[in-house]
Amino acid sequence: MNLTLKIWRQANANDKGKMVDYKISDISPDMSFLEMLDVLNNELIEKGEQPVAFDHDCREGICGSCSLYINGEAHGPDRGVTTCQLHMRMFKDGDTITIEPFRATAFPVIKDLIVDRTSFDRIQHAGGFISVNTSGNTIDANAIPVNKHNADDAFSAATCIGCGACVASCKNSSAMLFVGAKVSQFALLPQGQVEATDRVLNMVKQMDEEGFGNCTNTGACEVECPKGISLENIARMNREYLKASLKG
Amino acid sequence: MSGILNSSIGRKFAMALSALFLMIFLLQHFSINILSVFSPDTFNEVSHFMGTFWAVQYVLQPILILGVIFHFVMGFVLEIRNRNARKINYAKNNGSANSSWMSRNMIWSGLAILAFIVLHFYDFWAPEINVKYFKGDMSGLIDPDNVDSGFRYWEELHHKFQDMWRVILYCVAFIFLSLHLLHGFSSAFQSTGMNNKYSKGLQGFGKAYAIIIPLGFVFIALFHHFTH
Repeated sequence: MNLTLKIWRQANANDKGKMVDYKISDISPDMSFLEMLDVLNNELIEKGEQPVAFDHDCREGICGSCSLYINGEAHGPDRGVTTCQLHMRMFKDGDTITIEPFRATAFPVIKDLIVDRTSFDRIQHAGGFISVNTSGNTIDANAIPVNKHNADDAFSAATCIGCGACVASCKNSSAMLFVGAKVSQFALLPQGQVEATDRVLNMVKQMDEEGFGNCTNTGACEVECPKGISLENIARMNREYLKASLKG
Repeated sequence: MSGILNSSIGRKFAMALSALFLMIFLLQHFSINILSVFSPDTFNEVSHFMGTFWAVQYVLQPILILGVIFHFVMGFVLEIRNRNARKINYAKNNGSANSSWMSRNMIWSGLAILAFIVLHFYDFWAPEINVKYFKGDMSGLIDPDNVDSGFRYWEELHHKFQDMWRVILYCVAFIFLSLHLLHGFSSAFQSTGMNNKYSKGLQGFGKAYAIIIPLGFVFIALFHHFTH
């Protein structure tokens, strides 16, 4: 495959940045998208140019490190996959592919295609956990009965890898699918009830302070989410938040 | 509880409540207006009641106006915050791949409806306030000095839609209203936290509401234009 790549290049956080065109040839349709970028970077290094900086780690769709806004969609045109799982067979020979970083005020660009997603970490620190004593006398989790339906929904919510595709896809850069998933995975389990009120109030407060936008229920986040996190989680977070506001 | 309106979820909840209130009002407005097609006398009687009953005039009407203002102001507040959340736009964005046109353009359909409300107030509400509260004529009669002249409400409505351009403007506004409701109805329920086993049924009802009510208003406007 011969392709034209339009890639966002930005030297550092303070640089203005611009789209730069690259031609690349002999790309196998069986390559992953990141392998295609590896090929490009090898060529750039051989020419003495700066390689394109992009996030990646596990390359098997689990870690949530890879990002990229490809041809106008987070993680590209495929569904239910992260960028590292996206294959070049999704494109045609001769295509022009636009590659941009995830755009949000709360996700500032560090370099090229790498953005700072530590705002998600700060939201997690605000309440995305349960306080359990793990000093050796922890109660076996299986000793607490959990409704099967709730267990399944909690597990689905917990599959969120925090990649930020929801924020990138949302026209408002809202983080409510991410926060909704993190709130839901505990709200559905007995272990999460103890800190339920503080959790949702603190996580939503932190989300707002980070500068994410408001959810307008377009559903783009759910469609683009590589883990298929459902909008039901946002509705559950809304309920939890309203309930907690009345209590607190 | 005091800071709820300072949070994104609280603002969305308030926006949804005002939307649900306005949708109930719209249904009531339509129910009265459709009477003008089937029975001018009934339409006149109901209009006179709504226009003179104290609870409607001094309680419900101010609440409605506040509801409309709140919905628009909050809409703009949310829009400004949302725009600030992404200061650099994508060079290429394929929004149609993951969301409906209606959901992405609520601000524009909302602005079209706001423009329509200004026209609608100029056409009906302002003259009504002028007659009742500035001229002091609460009779509702065509000729206040002649009790046999009959109520003026149906005549005024019928006469307004003689003008083709007004009918066209109203019909275009109703299309925007339909587009706004097609997303707004289900969105309001999602914002209040209602996403459960009844959601599919509610979405179906919402779609029917979003099409039938505006289409009904179009029918009323066309009926009065073509029967003039």
